[in-house]
This record gives sequence, structure tokens and C-alpha cells, in this order.
Amino acid sequence: MEENKYEGLNLPNYNIPEDIQNVVSITTIDRLYNWGRRWSVWPLMFGLACCAIEMIAAQTARYDMARFGMEVMRPTPRQADMMLVSGTVTKKMLPSIIRLYNQMPEPKYVVAMGACASSGGPFKEGYNVVAGIDKFLPVDVYIPGCPPTPQALIAGMIKLQEKIDKQSIKKVRWYEKGKVDSNYVPMPILGPDLIDVRRNTEIKQAAAAKEGA
Amino acid sequence: MATALQTQTVDLVARFPEKVTADSRAGYSGFIVNKENLVEVATALRDEFGYDLLSNVTGVDYIAENKMEVVYHAFRTTGGPGLVFKVQVERVDPIELPSMVGIWAGAEYQEREIWDLYGIKFTDHPDLRRILLWEGFEGFPLRKDYKEGFFEEEAKPFKSRWPDGKHVFAEMKNPFRDNLKFPENFDPESYQPEDEKDLYASLERVSKPLTEGEMKTDHIVVNMGPHHPSTHGVLRVAVTLNGETITGLKPVMGYLHRNHDKIGERNTFLQIIPYTDRLDYFNSMANNFGYVTTVEKLMKIPVAERAEYIRVIMAEMSRIQNHLIFVGMLINDLGSMYTPSLYAFEERELILDIFEAVSGARMMCNYFRFGGVVRDVPEDAMQKIKDLVHDRLPAKIDEMERFLNQNEVLVARLTGVKVLNAEDAIRYSVTGPVLRAAGVPYDIRRADPYSVYDRFDFDVAVRYHGDMMDNYLIRFDEMRQSLRILEQALKQIPEGPINSQKPQYQVRVPAGEAYGRVESPKGELGFYVVSNGKPNPYRYHVRAPSFVNLTALETICSGSKIADFVAQLAMLDIVMGEVDR
Repeated sequence: MEENKYEGLNLPNYNIPEDIQNVVSITTIDRLYNWGRRWSVWPLMFGLACCAIEMIAAQTARYDMARFGMEVMRPTPRQADMMLVSGTVTKKMLPSIIRLYNQMPEPKYVVAMGACASSGGPFKEGYNVVAGIDKFLPVDVYIPGCPPTPQALIAGMIKLQEKIDKQSIKKVRWYEKGKVDSNYVPMPILGPDLIDVRRNTEIKQAAAAKEGA
Repeated sequence: MATALQTQTVDLVARFPEKVTADSRAGYSGFIVNKENLVEVATALRDEFGYDLLSNVTGVDYIAENKMEVVYHAFRTTGGPGLVFKVQVERVDPIELPSMVGIWAGAEYQEREIWDLYGIKFTDHPDLRRILLWEGFEGFPLRKDYKEGFFEEEAKPFKSRWPDGKHVFAEMKNPFRDNLKFPENFDPESYQPEDEKDLYASLERVSKPLTEGEMKTDHIVVNMGPHHPSTHGVLRVAVTLNGETITGLKPVMGYLHRNHDKIGERNTFLQIIPYTDRLDYFNSMANNFGYVTTVEKLMKIPVAERAEYIRVIMAEMSRIQNHLIFVGMLINDLGSMYTPSLYAFEERELILDIFEAVSGARMMCNYFRFGGVVRDVPEDAMQKIKDLVHDRLPAKIDEMERFLNQNEVLVARLTGVKVLNAEDAIRYSVTGPVLRAAGVPYDIRRADPYSVYDRFDFDVAVRYHGDMMDNYLIRFDEMRQSLRILEQALKQIPEGPINSQKPQYQVRVPAGEAYGRVESPKGELGFYVVSNGKPNPYRYHVRAPSFVNLTALETICSGSKIADFVAQLAMLDIVMGEVDR
């Protein structure tokens, strides 16, 4: 492919012949693709705890997330682009969250809203609390706060848009061959405690070592 | 004025000599009933003495005395102070006690919770399964000898957080490098998880069988949630359907169980206040109110006069805001997607502005302190409250009523669809607007007044049909009554200090127990606190109205159409933070 011939195309001052200047504008496919995606991030309608209320508040008239193309809350994961983990992730709830995440089509993003989703927050020490959703899902944006104000949520969403802007169609995982299911997360099992099946050997070793100690 | 719950109006010892003794521990009150006579005494309490509402059941683990105790708080729906009775058992497994479900059906979920967290078995309980955790979970977490994965020390403040002046991650101290705890030699690969056969077996049990001559149809089981837009959070409901009709129903909860009680027992008394914010996250002010009232009862301290009024103002604003959201969300659930909610949220934002002005946070206010509140209301915020109460809110409530209440579709959907009748509501310990919409004028602000509620002139909103329409309209009535209280409170509020105590980080709470309750927008919000004189409560329990009200869900929904189910659930106005705690 003669790449060099089009090299100047994505630079700002590319010289367009005068007679077609009013009809043609030139941009890169990345920019066009990302422009479309960044203004239509459809969140999964998915509330876990207190943060969900601020998420709803951010959707209402005063803060109006629709300005950022994020007002179309989809109750089904099959239509959603972004999972907003809004609240404390408990061990009992985690399998459901993972199942929802696995059902979302690529491209998909995860936003950890609030202290609990980011790290367990004030409830971290609890016996039924997962200390942050990032132990299981790849998180794109963390939003601090307990709960984050709608302004903070919107700031986080803008950060996500900036992240989308920087992605290139050449490198994103969902177009790479053989990487289709690279983000599949195996389902954890609710046993005597939460079993992360990816860590089975580790858990077995630690459980055996405890006896020797 | 706080009425003392401790005032006993019934002498059980005289009625049941040998079977009942008075609780003579310092700071404690009530009666200790022999385990063998529990059912007999409880039946007499309900039938002879008129304690028809068993509001709270909880356990306490007295590990030093090698005893488990179950505490019951019973009240009369005609008002007045309650009655506390307890039963003690040896702390040797299996711990067994007779169930109260046959006497007060409202004990069902609370006893399941005690089984789940304390491992006390209630014999003849109709459906004893784990409720907040899952079947197969190792251990009973609220027992004092249970140590969770991230256990550090018995009580906060932790001394070990900065051993060498450097932070140590909790993960680093746990052998599993996470918030995990497994039995010795546990092999995850060969582990067979317990499926949910127990849940479906008990669903089968409650499902109505076919009657003779009825057309034979398939019954299907549908699971709604925990991810569902209309279950108000992460509630899951397993339903058996015959066509469109619900024949059996079991709610499954615990998807937001954040170990409120266990964390609370480790916190100092003051540290608990921000945690209470996160119970019913619509009404952090009401939750604060309940908790500080209870601890003040235990500490026997007065509350600054001005602070009492500020508390009432905040609690009533919170109620209006809650009911507005209720109306918006109910109509959302009925299918009118979002528009009424937008109106509701518009007013809510204005109320949240005031909360933010006084406390610094929109939702999690953490505003109340023992003896008063943390800051005075700024002058401009006070003006905003007055504008809202006198001008804006009455007009907006009228407007909402004008827009909605004559709407043909709404009226057709709501009128005549059953929720609860008075008898069932009392039996299931349902409190709050649902009980009042069934015709029982039971409002704790009037029945057992706390704070300064006895100084205000207001009516207990009550409606008599117990259908969805009444449940819906009573929220408007309550908002209007709240406005009445607010008007009087704004007129009467005195100048003066806002806290009767000095600002302090550690409060001294004498040993003893207290049960305090307030009328939260959702019902009776109670806190049961046991102190042993240390900086941390020995037992801290929340009697959450949403949780107890859910007990009635089976009765409400059976026989209804599945399409009405979301609306019937919305009528209970549950909040998962409070249900699961």
C-alpha cells in the first residue's frame, strides 16, 4: 500500500484544491469514528447503591447528561457501551455484574463511580464487600467521592470521552484478530467465600499453608 | 421531649411468676422470658395486653457470659411506649429457639436474618434460609468470635494502620491477598457450589396449587432482578406465574449487604453517624435523627433547643423530598418514563441545596451530633427554607397533583388494586405510609413523640381503602402535613446554641441498652444499641422499615397480575441500602 501518498491527510493544513473546498472536508477515519462514539456513549441502566441516585440526578434537568450524549440508559447490556458501576460491589452481587459485563458488546467501557466501586470505600472491611470492581473488571475511569456529585460524574464522563478520542482503530482490541474475547471475565463462584476461579491455585496454596503455620 | 421506652406499663412478672424475670442488669430494662414459655408469654402479650405490632427482633452475642440473647420490641398500634422482652440461650450449637412467626408474622424475615448472622435456629419457622448472605457461606458473621478477611483489630481507631509511618494495604495482611476467608485445606477446584434449590423449594411451597376443576396450565418461574430497572436497586424476586397471575413469590435480598452492623460494632459511636447516612440514602437526615436519638437516650443528655427545631426542619424537608421521588419513581414504574421524575427531581435539587448549605454534602449529610447538630443554619439558607416552605413547595405539590391525580390512566391503574388491609399490615409489622393508607393512624411522631414533635399541630395522614390509589395519595397528604410542621417550626425556632455538649471526638456512653425509633419517611426506623461503657457499641442494630415492610410483599402480590407487581413493590417504597444494610 502506498501509504506515503496520503501522509499529509491528517494534518491540519492539507491542501484541498480550490474548486472543491466548499464541498469536501478532510479528517481521519479515527477522528470520525471516535467523534461518533464519544457523543453516544450509552450507559447500562444499572444502579447498585447510593451513587445510583446521584447518577439519576445527573440525568435530570439541572445537570442533564444528555448534553454529552449519555442520556440513553439501556436496561439491557446487549445495547450498552458503558457500565457505570455506581455503588458498593458485594460478593453476592458480583456474579451478576460479571455476567452483565460479559454480555456487553465491544467496544465497552467500565467506569467505577464512587469510593466503594473504586476500592471498597467505607465498607471495605465488610465480609460481604469486594474491595473495588477493578479486581475483576478493567476499569477505564475512576470517579472519587462518596457519592460523587453530579458534576464529578460529568467530569468523569468527559475523561472517558477524552480516552475514547485517543483510541485508534488500528490498535483497539475489538478489531484485532484473535482477541475477540480477550475481555471475557470468568464467573466467580459463591462458595464459603467468593471464589475467583482465575486464582484457584493461589487460593488452594494459601488455604493449605494456613494449616502449617 | 423523648418519652422513655423503659417505662413499663405491664408487669409481666406478676402475670407470669417463675416464667418471667425482670432484666436487672444495670442500664437494661424489660423482661427475660424463659425459653420454654416464650410462645405462651408472647401470645398473652398480643392477645391480653394488646401489643399487636412486633417491631424489632434482633440478637446479641454475649460471648463472655457464654450466652446468646434474642431481643423483642413490641408496641401497640394505639400508641404509647413499647415492651422489651428477651430470651437467653446457652451459646452452644445448635442454638434453638421457638419462632414468633405464628404470633407476629412480621418476625419472619427478622428471624431469618438472625439465623443468617447469628446462627440461631428458629424451630417451626416456615422458611428458615439465609437471607442476606448466600447458602454455603462459611460462618455466622455477627458472632463476636467471627473474624472477617480484612480483620485488623477489635475496635477502632486502629493503632496498626501505620506501623512504620507507612501505610500497609489490608490486602497485604491477608493470606489470600484479598478480602477472603476460606476454611483450612479448601480446594476451590473440587468445590460444588450449592444451587438455589432451597429457594425454589420454598417458592414451590408458597405457590398455590391447582384447585379442582381449574384448567390445567403450566406454572412458570420468573426471576426479576437483581439487575432490573424497576426493582429500585438490587432486589431480586422469584415469582411463580400462572398465565399473568402471581401465584407465589419470594424476594431474594442481600445484594447490597454491606455489613452495617458488623462495621458499626467496630466503629466508635461518633464514627457510626456517617454510616447511617448510607442506610436509606434518600433520607440521610432521618437516619441521623434515629441514631442520635437512641444514643442520646443511652447517654441521658439533653438536646439544645435550637438544634431540636433544626432537626425537625431537616427531617421534614427530607420527608417531602422522599415522597416527591416516590411519586416520580412510581409513575416511572407504571410506564410514564421519566417525565414526572424530572418534575420531582427539580424540587429535590432545591432541598438538596439546603442540605448542602448546612452540612456540605448533598446526600450524605452527616449533620447530627449527640446533643445537637454540627453547624448552625446559615442566614441565607434559612431564607431559602422559608421561601421553599411558604411559596414554592405548596404550589409545586398542588401542581403535581393537578397534573397527575386526574390522569385517567393513572386512576385506572391505581384504583382498587390491593396493597394491604389493616389486619395484614399490623400482622406483618408494616409501618409508615403503607400502614396508614390501610386505615391505621399510627405515626410515631404522634404515637410515641420524640424530639419536639409534641409541640406541633398536625394531623396524622390516614386513608382507609388500602389500595394503590390510597397509598399514592397518602404521600401527598403527608407532604402537606410536613409543610404544616415546617411552617410552625420556622416560626417557633429559638436562637441559641446548637449543641448542648462540647464538640468532642469521643463520647462517653454508659453501659446499657436503648432502642430509639423515629418516623422515617418509609416507616419506623429503629436503632438498638448496647453499650458496655467502651468507646464502641457492643451491639448496634438497625431496624430498617424497608426490610420489615418487605415481609408483606408475598401477601401483597399473590393473586395480582405481574404487570401490577412493580407498582405494588413501588408502593412499599423500599431502598436497598436499608433493606440489605
